[in-house]
Amino acid sequence: MSLAGEFNKGLWRENAVFKLLLGLCPMLAVTTSAENALGMGLATTFVLVCANLVVSLLRKLIPSGVRIPAFIVIIATFVTLVQLGMEAYLYDLHKALGIFIPLIVVNCLILGRAEAFASKRSALASFFDGAGMGLGFTLALFILGAVREILGAGQLFGISLFGAGYQPLLLMILPPGAFISLGLIIAAMAWVGRRFR
Amino acid sequence: MREILKLVLVLTLITAGSGLALSLVEKFTREPIAHQRRLQMLQALQAVLPASDNAPDQDRIELVVGTDRKGQPLKRSFYRGRMGADPSGVAFQVRAPDGYSGNIDIMVGVRPSGEVNGIQILTHAETPGLGDKIEEGWFREQFAGKGLDNADWRVKKDGGEFDQISGATISPRVVVAAVKKGLEFFRSEREKILYGQEVQR
Repeated sequence: MSLAGEFNKGLWRENAVFKLLLGLCPMLAVTTSAENALGMGLATTFVLVCANLVVSLLRKLIPSGVRIPAFIVIIATFVTLVQLGMEAYLYDLHKALGIFIPLIVVNCLILGRAEAFASKRSALASFFDGAGMGLGFTLALFILGAVREILGAGQLFGISLFGAGYQPLLLMILPPGAFISLGLIIAAMAWVGRRFR
Repeated sequence: MREILKLVLVLTLITAGSGLALSLVEKFTREPIAHQRRLQMLQALQAVLPASDNAPDQDRIELVVGTDRKGQPLKRSFYRGRMGADPSGVAFQVRAPDGYSGNIDIMVGVRPSGEVNGIQILTHAETPGLGDKIEEGWFREQFAGKGLDNADWRVKKDGGEFDQISGATISPRVVVAAVKKGLEFFRSEREKILYGQEVQR
């Protein structure tokens, strides 16, 4: 597959959230607003790209017996870097995402890409795979976050959309709202995919 | 045997590399993080204290407010705002341990006369869209000017005078109770809190 193909597949065809249903824990937790979703998506993308790159570069060195702990250490290192950087320079986002940043370590999307892709492929291909998968994940979180924020709070990026008379559909920003929106979006995507195949 | 040694060696190398990278970055971000935390603290203090011309986070006194589960004394810091030499108010943290989901930490600013000047919610994990409305201005502002003698420290649903939040009574109820407890402590130790010798840094 070409490098562009490695990049593109993560956006739609193998989208982590909508098609592979990976990384649902952070999806559930942080998509209560578009801004949080975007921050979480970009942080995850950074970790995914870096971890993919390092795992790919070290793939000949890491014996298969310890590959999982080795991958986890590499991933955890980058997650801690993100956490430190965010607290130092993006304090508001750090406050909003709080506990969910350390949990990127256990996002199975990242370990999954390290195991299934980066440990077998060249650094360049792994970089594009990570970037595509990460941006696809970000896109999915953003769509979910926007849908839930619009319906559940009547606003987008904190800007009120419908005026004071709007009665927000609170359910949408509670955890069940994440599952309901996700189900509806996946259904819509399947419909679109079948219609225009 | 050789195989095991190799596994151990590789994992050790990776871990050491990771530790090295992290310690370098930590060194680099230590200053900005400490700065951010202090800014955050100052902001919270200034938001709840009456106008003051000192740096309230520097004028601090520590008092024992109780004991923790192990029987160790539990200390709390009181930050004092001043106008010239006179105290303009005191800010301190109280914790509502019984929020709908976990602790709610609140910064309370008290006037020397014993009324609340303002409160800020520092950390909480209440339900987004429901309990987290305790962070909003209209909820916090109803505390201003209320003291132990001129207010009924309960939410309206319980017969008091604080607005609750529709769909979330627990969060406002415990916030009101925690602030009240803070005021009671302030009243009992007022002299020490306002005029005690500050902690040297």
